[in-house]
Amino acid sequence: MDAESAGSVKDSIAPLIEITGITKRFPGVLANDDISLSIEKGEVHCLLGENGAGKSTLISILSGMTRPDAGTILIEGTETEINSPRQALDLGIGTVYQHATLVPTLTVLENLILGNTKGATLDESEGRRRLDELASILGTDVDPNAVAGDLALDEQQVIEIIKALWKGKTALILDEPTAMLAPAGVAELGKMFQRLKAGGLAIVFITHMLHEAIEMGDRVTVLRQGRVAGSIGPDELRSEQSERLRDRIVEIMFGSEATELGDVAELHVDVLEDHPDQGSLEKATSDAGGRSIGAPILKLDNVSLEASPASHGLHNINLTIAEGEILGIAGVGGNGQAELAEVLAGQRRVDSGQIHLLHDGNLQRIDRLGVHARGQMGLRYVSDDRRGEATVGSMSVSINLVLKKIGDAPFWRWHIMQAGEIQRNAESAIENFDIRTPSADTNISKLSGGNIQKVILARETMSNPRIVIHNKPTHGLDVRTMLMVRERIRQMAAEGVSAVVISNHLEELLDLCDRFAVLSKGRVIGIVENGPDAERHIGDLMVGGTVS
Amino acid sequence: MKASDRVRTELTDENADGRASASDRRNGKTSGPSESSRTEKIRRAMLLTILPLLAAILTGGLLILALGENPIAFYGTIIDRGIVSPSGLQETLIRMAPLLLIAAGLIVAFSAGIWNLGGDGQFLLGASLVGGLAATVSDAMPRGLMLIFMLGMSAAVGGAWTIVPALMKARYGINEIITTLMMSAIGVNLASLIVKVWFLTPERGLQIPRTRILDVSDRLPTLFGTRVHSGLVIGLVAVIAVHLMMRHTTLGLRLNVLGANVKAAHHSGLKVSKLIVVTFLLSGMFMGLAGGVEVLGVQGLVRAGFNPALTLVVVPLVFLARMNGWVTIAFVFLLSVLTIGGELATRQAGLPNDFGLLIVALVLIFMTVAEYFEARRIRGERTVWQTMSDRLLARGGAGV
Amino acid sequence: MFDETLITAVLVGAIAASVPLMLAGIGELISERAGVLNIGLEGMMLMGAYGGFWVAIETESIWLGFIGGAAAGALASLVMVFLCVRWGLDQIVVGIGVLLGAEGLTSLLDAATFADTRPRIGITARLDIPGLSDIPVAGRVVFGEPYMVYVTLLAVAVAGWVLWKTPWGLAIRATGERPEAVDAAGVNVVVVRSLAVLSAGVFGGLGGAYLSLVSAGNFIPMMTGGRGFMAIVLAMLARGRPLLLAAGALLFGFATAGTTALQLVGVEVRPEIVNSLPFAVVLAALVLLGRNEFLPSALALPYVRGER
Ligand SMILES: Nc1ncnc2c1ncn2[C@@H]1O[C@H](COP(=O)(O)OP(=O)(O)OP(=O)(O)O)[C@@H](O)[C@H]1O
Ligand SMILES: [Mg+2]
Repeated sequence: MDAESAGSVKDSIAPLIEITGITKRFPGVLANDDISLSIEKGEVHCLLGENGAGKSTLISILSGMTRPDAGTILIEGTETEINSPRQALDLGIGTVYQHATLVPTLTVLENLILGNTKGATLDESEGRRRLDELASILGTDVDPNAVAGDLALDEQQVIEIIKALWKGKTALILDEPTAMLAPAGVAELGKMFQRLKAGGLAIVFITHMLHEAIEMGDRVTVLRQGRVAGSIGPDELRSEQSERLRDRIVEIMFGSEATELGDVAELHVDVLEDHPDQGSLEKATSDAGGRSIGAPILKLDNVSLEASPASHGLHNINLTIAEGEILGIAGVGGNGQAELAEVLAGQRRVDSGQIHLLHDGNLQRIDRLGVHARGQMGLRYVSDDRRGEATVGSMSVSINLVLKKIGDAPFWRWHIMQAGEIQRNAESAIENFDIRTPSADTNISKLSGGNIQKVILARETMSNPRIVIHNKPTHGLDVRTMLMVRERIRQMAAEGVSAVVISNHLEELLDLCDRFAVLSKGRVIGIVENGPDAERHIGDLMVGGTVS
Repeated sequence: MKASDRVRTELTDENADGRASASDRRNGKTSGPSESSRTEKIRRAMLLTILPLLAAILTGGLLILALGENPIAFYGTIIDRGIVSPSGLQETLIRMAPLLLIAAGLIVAFSAGIWNLGGDGQFLLGASLVGGLAATVSDAMPRGLMLIFMLGMSAAVGGAWTIVPALMKARYGINEIITTLMMSAIGVNLASLIVKVWFLTPERGLQIPRTRILDVSDRLPTLFGTRVHSGLVIGLVAVIAVHLMMRHTTLGLRLNVLGANVKAAHHSGLKVSKLIVVTFLLSGMFMGLAGGVEVLGVQGLVRAGFNPALTLVVVPLVFLARMNGWVTIAFVFLLSVLTIGGELATRQAGLPNDFGLLIVALVLIFMTVAEYFEARRIRGERTVWQTMSDRLLARGGAGV
Repeated sequence: MFDETLITAVLVGAIAASVPLMLAGIGELISERAGVLNIGLEGMMLMGAYGGFWVAIETESIWLGFIGGAAAGALASLVMVFLCVRWGLDQIVVGIGVLLGAEGLTSLLDAATFADTRPRIGITARLDIPGLSDIPVAGRVVFGEPYMVYVTLLAVAVAGWVLWKTPWGLAIRATGERPEAVDAAGVNVVVVRSLAVLSAGVFGGLGGAYLSLVSAGNFIPMMTGGRGFMAIVLAMLARGRPLLLAAGALLFGFATAGTTALQLVGVEVRPEIVNSLPFAVVLAALVLLGRNEFLPSALALPYVRGER
């Protein structure tokens, strides 16, 4: 009892974690510039900021992954150096990193006990017990013997959170944990935050979804170009209206020039969630309604791909996309979306069925053609695996911009690279798409996620696209970049370029698309026109589809 | 293993591994020195090549001193024999020819992320077939034609010996380190067998079985009245051609993409299997050609069990040169000087010939270490010495 | 034709040929599991061969010789520990550096120490278990061979147990796959990898010492003759499983001994064919069976915390 009250007295004086003057420099960038903030017990502290603002860098300093160039960290008032992840874990700071930190070849259980066992032999019983306990807190059940790499991304995310909770007894840091989660998962996470807060845990939560920050956070700090651009305290967060809060956050994030973002699509989200039958949906449909939709440009007939242990495959997919149409692919992730995208792009051969593309005025069969040939006919693919497959990290921005055109004029003539053309092309892309990079020669791996996405978008939409497949086009992007991407898709549709948009954010699909195909277990289980009832219809289909 | 991730493409002066690269300095707004690029280049060359070389020489010298020999005389002999004396320099240049061709073959393979470690087998098969056939063929055709024919054949044989690893990699994804090493072991034995069984000279009483000797007048033409044969030119042209190909052509970029990120290669529509096979063939052809050049230019015949085992030493050189052809040529020259000069110097000092390997090893290791310090400097980290002196001072302070 | 002596010769020959491969292969396997491609294994074997022999001659004890061999191998692996694991330098360049350095150094030391005397370790120094060794065929093979055979088999078993049943093994397996995940879980990647490379040095050194102390009875420069690379191949083929490695090494051993036996009974086989047969067999097996290969994803990739 005494100790308890003594503790709380101390709490009131010193915050759980207080960082002052943290500075971190990478070659060419000042990622954190004199950052000071404090993290209190029993609070969800949201970190917001555009791509590359320095959020991940800051939390990697807290988790011992990066050492700051300057600055101090006080834990309950005492200055502490966090030199390694081990030290952070021993201090009770558990972290869910932005990039996956599960070992894909190990089982869930092995991943959890990695670094958590004492003694000479592996003791799985303790691991099992903790897993059950934590899983019940999270409200999920996971098979401890499943191989981590075989799990769907959202399931992996849950395991990551459980792993962080195991050691995170005083603070839990989560870097964009909701990026992979479906809305239901996000709601679940919110409930978990409440329980953990009640238990006295401090939570640092990074997200690009402003409504999540406003709903789930007790305090918001916005970073901008490595500095603290502003913050919103608990009182204001609780008293202000969410619309006003959003405007303020957006203004802090991007400066006053960006106030036109006040009308951002992302902001409609909880309007949709609260009153699914009214309001902003009209806007989305009227957008589509305003466009003239032309003749079929892409046609899939009975396209099938055999199922494998890791994938549901595809089964008799029949779809037709018209010129200027935006077709959304809805459904829970891992139900054939990636397979569909790859089959359309030409990265994967269909096992049966045909694909036709409008070219030279008639529909031509393309399912035997490769990526390059389809690309030249105007079929393009924006992959969701930005660093993994869509770009070559060790090559420059300018080369990455022509990666799918190797050998084509004007960038190559008689098989010889035309450096000048490639450079000019890069400069115009950097200009037109507002790509933030030190130069066109910079390795693309050094860019932030949002800027890599802009490079890919530029590459795929340059030089006469006819139809573009977008796989999770705005995943992990800050509000402004996200809007830019959506605007680009819409604008191209207005010019007659069709799009297939795959996303696990229904809100995004509702905002962009004319029609939706709902995928479940590799089958199209329904086609829904965008309209007031679309969300309900899709929801019904998804629930029905996943239950059966 | 993804060799691809390790093999760096020089194409964009990249530094995915955080090490030194020129582009880093160009782009670095907040860090890195701002000298003009020319003096910077010279400084880098000094730091990354001359300094480690000196360190290796110093360490080796101390070792020689410890063994009771005179290091100055030792290194004097190396320099004299390897560079200064005309006959020694010729030997050095002659030695460069096969090494350059091997380097060309390795640059192609490593840039494409393919670990062709089976160069010895490819080299020897090329050598032994040429050794076995050249003398006979030269009876039947004019010298020029025979040489072209033989060179072509050695390349073809070297390439052919990569087909098994190539197909196993392209079709089943079987790691090529395993297959090329095994094929190399088989190739080395097969080469010896070829000499013994098919191309044995009829002469009796030979100690070691060998092929018929090719007349000196039928060998590769020599350059400017020296003993240096035109294989050197072939080697130089090969390395430079590969260098230019990797940087300026479609095939070069495709191979670089394959080497840097196989998934991206698939994604951007490259025919990955075909590229793998092409890489293997090209690489093996250079290796086989190296064998052919060595026989047609220097040996004139092949003895059973002949195996100079040249390829393994070239591997780290190519990596240290980061697939840059010009730097590779410089490193190959250095290696040749050390080997040719070292042979005589060790003999004179009464040391085993393998002592030269120790010097080469020291050079390699000091060069990588130099890269490490350069990378740290560019990242703006404190040097080890600074950190150490800090610690010492701190400890001293605490003591007081 | 297949009399007792012949069978004995084959068995003994096979075991003698496979033990050094097994030892060195186990070390390489552990190191690869942790994500370090130890291309300098052959150099560590050479160091072990020389170091073991030197200690054995100096102390007149084979057992101390083996310990000396392990220490010499470990010494060579320290170069990799510092340069590749701690500083994240290129494993290929350093590995080949270690190999060349060890070749040069052992030749040099051999010339300096044994050039004049050329000592040998006699057959008598080998250890017999009286009684058991007298059982025909099996007795001689299993018990007439030095204890090192048991030590090797024990090492295989222990390596398997450590890799699959202990936290260390879990950390090693995870480190070869995704070092950043291991680091994030609070396990020190540098320590895990250092120990793995050190064990490659120790086992490589033991394998080398077996060559000089048991197989040959003396040290000859370059005596490993490519066995280090063979062990690397075996470790990769074993897909990270010690038992498979032991089986592979035995297969190699039998292929070698079998062809020697054929020569004994008068079938003329050229040494070139004898030498390449094991490789041809394994390649054929690989084509027919081993299509889905396994290698750790982070193999040969240096890990530097926080780098992208
Ligand atoms: N290891 C690194 N090496 C070089 N530059 C880096 C490194 N890590 C981060 N950076 C750079 O530092 C800046 C901040 O990056 P950080 O990842 O912290 O941004 P973020 O706010 O998390 O962005 P996002 O929302 O895209 O995740 C970026 O410009 C990034 O390119
Ligand atoms: Mg981030």
